[in-house]
Amino acid sequence: MIRAWLTQHGFVLFLTLKRLISTPLTTLFSIIVMGIALSMPTGIYVFMKNLQSVTGEAANSPQMSLFLRKEINNEDIAKIKWNLEHNANIVSLQFVSKDAALQQLQQSNGLTDITSNLQHNPLPDAFVIHTTQNTSDKLEQLRAEIQNWPEVEHVQFDSAWLERLNALLKLGRFVVLMLAAILSVAIIAIMFNTIRLQILTKHDEIEISKLIGATDSFIRRPFLYFGTIQGLASGASAWFIVTFSIELINKEAVAFTHLYGIDLYLQHLSPHDSISLIAFSALLGWLGARLSVASHLWQIEPQ
Amino acid sequence: MIVFKNVSKRYPDGYVALNNIDLTVDSGEMVFLTGHSGAGKSTLLKLISAIERPTSGTIAISGQNIARLKLGAIPYLRRKIGFIFQDHKLLFDRNAFNNVLLPLQISSFDSKTVASRVRAALDKVGLLKKEKSMPIALSGGERQRLCIARAIVHRPNILIADEPTGNLDLEYARDIMALFTSFNQVGVTVLIATHDASLLEDTQHRILLLKQGKLAV
Repeated sequence: MIRAWLTQHGFVLFLTLKRLISTPLTTLFSIIVMGIALSMPTGIYVFMKNLQSVTGEAANSPQMSLFLRKEINNEDIAKIKWNLEHNANIVSLQFVSKDAALQQLQQSNGLTDITSNLQHNPLPDAFVIHTTQNTSDKLEQLRAEIQNWPEVEHVQFDSAWLERLNALLKLGRFVVLMLAAILSVAIIAIMFNTIRLQILTKHDEIEISKLIGATDSFIRRPFLYFGTIQGLASGASAWFIVTFSIELINKEAVAFTHLYGIDLYLQHLSPHDSISLIAFSALLGWLGARLSVASHLWQIEPQ
Repeated sequence: MIVFKNVSKRYPDGYVALNNIDLTVDSGEMVFLTGHSGAGKSTLLKLISAIERPTSGTIAISGQNIARLKLGAIPYLRRKIGFIFQDHKLLFDRNAFNNVLLPLQISSFDSKTVASRVRAALDKVGLLKKEKSMPIALSGGERQRLCIARAIVHRPNILIADEPTGNLDLEYARDIMALFTSFNQVGVTVLIATHDASLLEDTQHRILLLKQGKLAV
């Protein structure tokens, strides 16, 4: 029984591939059209992922700067350090003494002249801390807490920047989802129509098969295989389009990033995302075919 | 065994094709169904394979009531029957071999025995040498025989033929009739609808006459 079932499915798979290959141009163009449609949300998704990974660290462990009062001594500094070290919200901290800060400033391009003319060091001692909090409410709370310490002159933290980034990423995700939804409907519609035309041309075969005892699932099977395989191929073509584009952009970007002395290149789709893309595309093809078969096959009844 | 009890078929437009038919065809029997065109022969045959449903009455095949058969069960009923259609219903996009193969593809088949079964069926109707021919290249008689090969390839218990000698010369028609007799001799129930009186002259089998949707005795 199982062998007969496998044979039958293998046979349908073989017939479907043969049918796809027998009209190579039509097949190719359908796959490309559907691939392009899928590559748009996928491309934006990849871009977003990259943006997130570049800014991710900043977004996940925000940084705060604590500038201390001028009049404090080493004891006060040690006390603050102890307090910071024992605060559960703080992951890491770094002390920047006023001397170190001045030295750093002197090494910065173009500022040497200004700093060498200074009579005394105007810079305060400072701590740079990283926190685990990444919502703006909690960060504000932490900032206010530290600000209350008498030794602390000022706590600087640009929470608006983080909020803007998060809002931007959120908007991006929404755009990806919306595009994906719209284009998914388009792909289902394309497949629906493709299968409708196939059913029309296979009218006689379907009618005769029904007359000699074919079950509905037998008649449905080749169309569902067709939809699924074409969906699968479209997903693969979307993958190639996105991967190829990223490769091109990275090549072009090299010159640009060299100028600015940064090492920035786009990451490719992860294996997990690649499989999801292809599986989702196959599912869309199957769904379009299934809907088309459901709405057209019953119209063909033997008379 | 095929049993009709009080079977009537009225079409939505009010036309009564069959009126209160009572009929029993025994297992292994060969029966001719005759009458003018429009007498209800085709309708009666279509009721047996559930292509049409009766308006009232019951139709039993091997004890199963066809009139109340669920949609999902219809394919399995049809696999027990070999149907020879008036218009052949061959597929013109594939050769003779693949036309006969279709019923075996439909009922889960074992690929090893399939080819030999198709060739046996083609051999039986004398078309073994034409297995690669496309239906368009076959004569009317050959197409009819191809249709018969397709109807018998899955070894059904019941064989139903609607005007199997429709447009054939008398000589061809006799060949075809001899084929049906040979199937009947190995135990197949055969039901043939025909308006061709010349076929019925020297038959020893039962002849049913339909007149305006009623069985004339």
